[in-house]
Amino acid sequence: MVYIQTYIEILILTLLLIPFIKMKWKGIVTVSAVILNAIIIGYIALPALMGEKLEFILSGTIITSEIPIRIDALSGWFMLLINFTVITGALYGLQYMKAYQKQTTNISLHCLAFLLMQTSLMAICIIQNSLVFLFAWEIMTLSCFILIIFEYQKQATLKAGITFLIQSHVGVLFLTLGFIWVNYRTGSYDFEAIHQFSTTFPPVVSLGVFFAFFIGFAIKAGFVPFHTWLPYAHPASPSHISAVMSGVIIKIGIFGILRMLQLIQTDYVVLGYLILVFSVISGIYGVMLAIIQHNLKKLLAYHSIENIGIIGIGIGLGTLGIGQENSNLVFFGFGGALLHVLNHSLFKSLLFFGAGNLYQATHTMNIEHFGGLVKRMPQTTILFLIASLAICGLPPFNGFVSEFLIYSGLFQGMKNIAMLNIMTLLFSVFGLVLIGGLALLCFTKAFGSIFLGNARKDFNDTPTESKMGKLLPMYMAAAGIVSIGLFPKFFLSLLLEPIKLYADKMKFMEDISPSIQISDTLQYIGYCAIEFIVLVAFILYIRKWVTNKKPKPIQATWGCGYVGETKKMQYSASSFIRSYRKLAEPLLSIEKHKIDIEGVFPSLGKHETHPHDKIEIWLLEKPWKRMRHFFIRFQFLQNGNAQFYVLYGTVFIALIIGFPILFDAIKKIIYFLNQI
Amino acid sequence: MLSLVLMVVTSLFFMGIVIRTKSITSGRKGPGIFQPMKDVIRLWKKGAVFSRTTSFIFQIAPSIYFASIIMAILVIPFGQYKGIVSFDGDFVFFAYVLALGKFFSIIGALDTGSSFEGMGASREALYSMLAEPAFFILMGSFALYTGHTSFYEIFTSLHFGSYISYALGILATFVLIMIAMIENSRMPVDDPKTHLELTMVHEVMILDNSGFDLGLILFGTNLKFAMYGALIANFFTGSFSILISILIFLVVQILFAIMVGILESFSARFRMGNNAQFIFTLTSFSILIFFGVLLIMGKFV
Repeated sequence: MVYIQTYIEILILTLLLIPFIKMKWKGIVTVSAVILNAIIIGYIALPALMGEKLEFILSGTIITSEIPIRIDALSGWFMLLINFTVITGALYGLQYMKAYQKQTTNISLHCLAFLLMQTSLMAICIIQNSLVFLFAWEIMTLSCFILIIFEYQKQATLKAGITFLIQSHVGVLFLTLGFIWVNYRTGSYDFEAIHQFSTTFPPVVSLGVFFAFFIGFAIKAGFVPFHTWLPYAHPASPSHISAVMSGVIIKIGIFGILRMLQLIQTDYVVLGYLILVFSVISGIYGVMLAIIQHNLKKLLAYHSIENIGIIGIGIGLGTLGIGQENSNLVFFGFGGALLHVLNHSLFKSLLFFGAGNLYQATHTMNIEHFGGLVKRMPQTTILFLIASLAICGLPPFNGFVSEFLIYSGLFQGMKNIAMLNIMTLLFSVFGLVLIGGLALLCFTKAFGSIFLGNARKDFNDTPTESKMGKLLPMYMAAAGIVSIGLFPKFFLSLLLEPIKLYADKMKFMEDISPSIQISDTLQYIGYCAIEFIVLVAFILYIRKWVTNKKPKPIQATWGCGYVGETKKMQYSASSFIRSYRKLAEPLLSIEKHKIDIEGVFPSLGKHETHPHDKIEIWLLEKPWKRMRHFFIRFQFLQNGNAQFYVLYGTVFIALIIGFPILFDAIKKIIYFLNQI
Repeated sequence: MLSLVLMVVTSLFFMGIVIRTKSITSGRKGPGIFQPMKDVIRLWKKGAVFSRTTSFIFQIAPSIYFASIIMAILVIPFGQYKGIVSFDGDFVFFAYVLALGKFFSIIGALDTGSSFEGMGASREALYSMLAEPAFFILMGSFALYTGHTSFYEIFTSLHFGSYISYALGILATFVLIMIAMIENSRMPVDDPKTHLELTMVHEVMILDNSGFDLGLILFGTNLKFAMYGALIANFFTGSFSILISILIFLVVQILFAIMVGILESFSARFRMGNNAQFIFTLTSFSILIFFGVLLIMGKFV
């Protein structure tokens, strides 16, 4: 309680201070407030993660009634991981924003919004009163909106911001629907009421409630087909905001889903299957579209959708485990999902930071324009490489650990040989493998064409390595990635309490043997990772030892005897994925413009591809066009004449008053007719 | 430990047998079976030429590629003897560590900024991605069949009972051979002997590697063949005594090598465009195995 008071005091003080201090100090004050608040939250969250549930009730107001604050292990885990990315994001932003120093008021607003975003995220994790929860949710959405439209002068940014705002509010609509449903039946705003509601009503009803919440939270998390805001919002916002958004804000949607899973008692088997199918589709669709993107940040945004899919597979598996009373599945599924939430927040923020470095060095995000940056920005290259390997789920980094847990769970789950079960799990394995392979294709493309080979375009200023201020938060994230990869057992042991929240839902609680077995396996993985690094070091050492005194002439790249300029001849990102594009073309929507080279003295040839999102076209654009077509007929009503609007008002009031009278009159007439 | 030693020993002559078989079928005498290994050793002794476009990525990539193969080999058991590393779900680790090697060999190729090597890299990335589901579903079926999820436990508890299980064994061997051919960029998908850069897959990726690095890559290919051969051999070694097991192991490896040689002599490479479909068909073979397992377990009756 004291901690929360201090938190709020610091927050209010900083919020009041920021508009009035000098430009130089704005960023530093914000970052120190963020770090200070994160430390305070750490004091609350850490014991909660260890299993000490903190619970107290604020008196609230007449409208909200009592506000219960409950901090359990799940909140603790999310609060800690959110704060880590928020801190690295703030540190990175401190340097990143120096380029925009002249826009004083804009920066002030940005700082305020950043602090509010951190606070609202924390509030969402701990508040268990629906009304106040929605209030905090709304603050988060609005502060994110302000953060996204930092470069509001650009039209694309503004459009992306508004798309985000509208879609987020569609999400709020579904959440409100769920909360009202529960409140109508139980008369309480407390989250406990959701649990009571689901136990008193049949599973089908609670499944309905769950899906209202699921859609609401899935819009924030970016599950296909609710993902359409994501690929616009991420490229539009400044890089540290993209990092925080992709790293943690979409995860708050996952938090919501997990919270509802914990509260709502329903038919878990059906729910598990549904979540699994949803997630596999999200994962494959996300990565399939990621590959064909030309904008680096958009590519990363689609990868977020893919990773949400992987997290979803874990959640679905765990849910299936609760339904089938299989503690193995619960441990593997929720363990994998929760760990992947952390992992993704680490490597995705690192990738976005890397994209930020690239953007500030070259002022472009088009992958086709880069090339050969490894020599100009060696540190960014290594950090980007680590993150790329991690996001592909390759050992010895963290992505492998969580994907391994989910794989193990899927194979364990196959022991139950009910036909539906086995086919769904097979489908999930297939999906997960395909996701892994496609991610590898995608990141070899991104990394290869950005950092390797020759520069494809001459930039006005030669790109240079970023300053230490920007690299430091990147190293922090990279340290997280490597340490989870090398010591997975420790991180899984942190997850035992959050997983127990779900394991307790099983009617016949088995012994905790799976947790021991899993941590043994993870220990092996940690050993293997270390062993692998030692092996690589050993081979490199031998290589150095053997080749030390040998001649090593430097020559041109092999080009069948051609040794001239090869800048334009090297493989580009589009040509790298050409065979994939040909293969996947029926499933995707790619707009192509092509001018073939013809004749003996050919003129300029051209080949352009513009990837589109098929789901967006079918779900949003086309219905939207139809709707506009329909509503345009009523345009004559909007004639801009004030008198007409008064008339509409009068007609409306007359209708409202007149309708019940008319109803009564009709009733009387019918009564009269019946009498005859 | 035994499995590692055996695989390394096999890798010394595996490629030699393949080349010898190809020579004999084309009516030549051919080099001795240790010739490929002698070539590798000669490369190890040589200096190397590096492209001026390349960076440190190009320097470390072959070593990491080689290390990934060694790491994958450590996981594979031999009959009743565990691999050096063995844990539940180790075949996931096996596949992913190989993918790591592939990642590095791809970015190593892209590092040269060549107009050819990206082509090979692109094809390799796509083909290995398509081959991966086949392997996972294959291992998943055996995990389902035996109820275990590590190589060692799967192979030790695998026993052939009914006719269907023999059919499954043959299918699995076929899928594994095909995966081995794809992963090593051999005949039906890639022709290692082609002299045109445009038709190469793996060879074009390593055009700029020379000296020690090239030696590592070539030896890596040999080891990879021995590794897949060992996987296949594990289907048959079962619970025999150690001497017979070693004998079976060697016989299977030699047969595998001869088969690769014959396959390469009498088949032509597919058109590049058809490779993707062909590789994806392997997944349906794997699914067939999966259904076979369900049949044995009495789910379809």
